[in-house]
Amino acid sequence: MNTHPTPYTRIARWLHWSMAAMILAMLFIGVAMVGSLALRPWLIDLHRPLGLLILLLALVRLRHRRRHPPPLLPASLPRLQARIAAASHAALYALMFAMPLLGWAMSSAGGYPVTLPFGVALPPLAPRHPALYTVLRGAHGVLGDAFFALVLAHIAGALHHAWVRRDGVFTGMTGKR
Amino acid sequence: MKTIGFRAPPRWRPLLPFAGIALVVGGLAGAFAWTAGWLSPARITAPRLVDTIENGRPYPGFRRAHARGVCVAGWFEPTPDAARLSRARVFSQARTPAIGRLSIGGADPLGAEAQARVRSLALQLDTDDGQQWRLAMNSFPFFSVSTPQAFAEQVVASRPDPATGKPDPAKMQAFLARHPEAAAFMAWAGSAPWSSSFANTAYNGVHAFAFTNASGERRYVRWSFVPEAPFQPLAPEQRQTAEADHLTDELAARLTRGALRWTLELTLAAPGDPIENPSRPWPETRERVTAGTLVLERAYDQATGDCRDINFDPTLLPVGIAPSRDPVLAARAAAYSVSFNRRQREIAIGAGPAAGDVR
Repeated sequence: MNTHPTPYTRIARWLHWSMAAMILAMLFIGVAMVGSLALRPWLIDLHRPLGLLILLLALVRLRHRRRHPPPLLPASLPRLQARIAAASHAALYALMFAMPLLGWAMSSAGGYPVTLPFGVALPPLAPRHPALYTVLRGAHGVLGDAFFALVLAHIAGALHHAWVRRDGVFTGMTGKR
Repeated sequence: MKTIGFRAPPRWRPLLPFAGIALVVGGLAGAFAWTAGWLSPARITAPRLVDTIENGRPYPGFRRAHARGVCVAGWFEPTPDAARLSRARVFSQARTPAIGRLSIGGADPLGAEAQARVRSLALQLDTDDGQQWRLAMNSFPFFSVSTPQAFAEQVVASRPDPATGKPDPAKMQAFLARHPEAAAFMAWAGSAPWSSSFANTAYNGVHAFAFTNASGERRYVRWSFVPEAPFQPLAPEQRQTAEADHLTDELAARLTRGALRWTLELTLAAPGDPIENPSRPWPETRERVTAGTLVLERAYDQATGDCRDINFDPTLLPVGIAPSRDPVLAARAAAYSVSFNRRQREIAIGAGPAAGDVR
């Protein structure tokens, strides 16, 4: 059934682990930024360029995935679990694109300049409007929490493959067997 | 059927792997909740500081502080001296359009303007390189305390006692005993002369910012907008009898006679000056640089004006100006953002003031 000679390409693995670190850091930066009285100015200067980098890497990653399809899940996996896995991966990809775009658009709708290091300023992605800002800001927060929950589920699933099922799904991404 | 690395799941699954998974996932979830402040109810987060200011009675659609104000517009013109201190485009561009807001301290959008001890000027300067400088300044020459935690205590201690309508002196004494630095601010509030207009008031940035010039030289500065209009006093009886919108009306009357001007004065820190403490003024002898002129030529209602939907976060700075590590400055950014999110939402759902509302 599974005829892929190599589990994931080196590039796919590199993209996965670097983005995993960035996304996890980003979710913590985001939740710290909206609460902390001390760190907001510095965290937001990290949050914006890191978000843009994740958006760009997500584009590269989707393109790479199209050209190098990931290995199939083992046939031993129950069909329901396989469906959940497929849906959760689709949701993770959707959020990798949606979160940076929502962040950019909500900043524009709130009248905030979207500035990056070295004096780079991005154009507004949405018109300035209180209701639009409110909707986009709300979505960015709710989807951020959902993203974190999904990342936790992804980690739990991956470790289940690694430690319980030991079916090669996890090692396919670590590249070590 | 062969799968890479496939091994049949063992029939007996020891609990250990599941405990490991629970530990990893639970640990991450706990760290996230701790970072958000959900596990520490005593920690003053940005939303909790704004809750403290609201005290359960927010004014929907208005800024949680400095609620009463008026939009203003004009421009800024730099002097050549300023460009030697900062490479921000605002100091090399001949003229930068300015949107701003003149307001009084306090959360009540109907507060009597003439009786407000604190007045403020906020600005947004957009330069042609896409950079933006937002400023939030006040008529006090230094801040009351050095930390946002102390500020939260001050807010609670200054709340009017329901019985007397005035702050409880015992609570204020207890606050001052804990934060003696606030005595200087209380002395200022008690003795500084009241000027008669928004136009003849000086507005001070209070916090230190790092200016970096084209050669990469970095200096800490504080700034003030010093009025061209000469000082005229506002006597106590005038303050008591003035209409609630006295300052706004007075401003409009002045503007019909011509534009209003302020000089941007930068004060340069010397080694050893308190950079991160906004409650400690720098010595009067510090070098001052005249950096430019602010010209305001129009004032208009904030309910429909473009200043309403601006968060005048003083940490939104152009290249060439950076925030210091002043904790009160950082807390402003955090609290203003919460205030902005709340009032934008209220405006969006129609809970804010209607257009044309006198407020």
